[in-house]
Amino acid sequence: MTAAPASTDHTPRFAPGDRVRVRAAFPPGHIRTPYFVRGREGRVESLAAIHPNPEGRAYGGDGAPKRPVYRIAFRQADLWEGYAGPPGDTTVVDIFEHWLEPAEGDAR
Amino acid sequence: MAKRRHHDMGGLDAGPVEIADHDHAPWEKQVNAMLRLLADSERGVMTVDELRRGIEDLGPGAYDELSYYERWISSIANILLEKSVIEVDELGRKMAEVEARMHEAQAASGKAEAGKGAP
Amino acid sequence: MSESKDHGHDHPHGHGHGHGHAPHPFQPDIEDGPITEHMVLTRAVTELMIEKGVFAAEDLRQKLEYMQSRNPGLGARLVARAWTDPAFAARLIEDANAAAKELDIDAGVVEIRALADRPGLHNVIVCTLCSCYPVMLLGNSPDWYKSREYRSRVVREPRAVLAEFGTEIPEGTELRIHDSTAELRYFVIPERPAGTEGWSEERLAEIVTRDCMIGTALPKVATE
Repeated sequence: MTAAPASTDHTPRFAPGDRVRVRAAFPPGHIRTPYFVRGREGRVESLAAIHPNPEGRAYGGDGAPKRPVYRIAFRQADLWEGYAGPPGDTTVVDIFEHWLEPAEGDAR
Repeated sequence: MAKRRHHDMGGLDAGPVEIADHDHAPWEKQVNAMLRLLADSERGVMTVDELRRGIEDLGPGAYDELSYYERWISSIANILLEKSVIEVDELGRKMAEVEARMHEAQAASGKAEAGKGAP
Repeated sequence: MSESKDHGHDHPHGHGHGHGHAPHPFQPDIEDGPITEHMVLTRAVTELMIEKGVFAAEDLRQKLEYMQSRNPGLGARLVARAWTDPAFAARLIEDANAAAKELDIDAGVVEIRALADRPGLHNVIVCTLCSCYPVMLLGNSPDWYKSREYRSRVVREPRAVLAEFGTEIPEGTELRIHDSTAELRYFVIPERPAGTEGWSEERLAEIVTRDCMIGTALPKVATE
């Protein structure tokens, strides 16, 4: 794993509309990023909140520093091979900033 | 190494949704209320994140076999032990005392055999 | 359920009325079913917390009473008001906790977001990691919401799952599944159905069921 991510200053790194990729990381322990979106690309809908990190709070820590949490929209077709519904269907997941990186080709 | 944990189930195969519900038993309501007290800002004895971590760490077998609030109270008890809010021996003694008392109370009320018929 | 370790006890059938013993420190309702290990654990931990002064029996009683007061009728009142008052609808979407306060509804400290359906968009909520739910506005979640079947499948085959609830979403309507895995809770403001023109808020609230605010059902107007 890489070193601790940026955003210790609470300044959100991403903006609505940005294409992002969820890190394909699989550390042990308590994680609020669902398996099914790791490694997948989505679009930032909005900044949902700035919150303590549950990965720290789950083990008695205070979760500092607080981190931006974004609402990330994924096209169902990008999540599930052979998705049975219309291509416009989406899943929106709340994801902490340290789980996100710019999608390739999204200069930033 | 891409390992999916057992509680992280989005997208897995599963059977039809059984559209069922039940009225919560008194002990289930008590677990729910207790967690909210323990995790409130006034007390802060434990966090909801710790509750979840404790549930996840019960392991796949327990996660699937236990009911929802059985998982909760198992996690709450473990977290309270871990934080030394309670100790193993006092919990064991208290459980023995409580169990005896619950049987006595149930026998006295005649509810043990009445089963589910009660309102 | 799980390892109930008390089978085989032969309790007398009579109604003993044996209330002569000293009062217990905490005396909640007597359980109806067999006494399980987890019931015992719950009672034991509760009593230890009270004995240690972590909370008082009265705190627990009040919390139980408060949780009992949380039910889908609260969310339904918000939806009905939103249907009849567009300015309120906007405030509800902007800040549901604050909007709820206008109706004297305590939405709690956890932030809740209202997701508005509109023509061409239908929202559904789930929590695939545990079972996060807007308890303060809808009460406790139903068993199926916490089930492996719902949590696993609704993100991958939402239309099939909704069909199991008898809810068909047209192909031309975008289905949005909201996985509330982090710090916010969500509920759905369904579209107001046709045939409810001129209805009072109270009457409208009656057709806004719990499942309508989860998104697995749509409000229905009974046909005469």
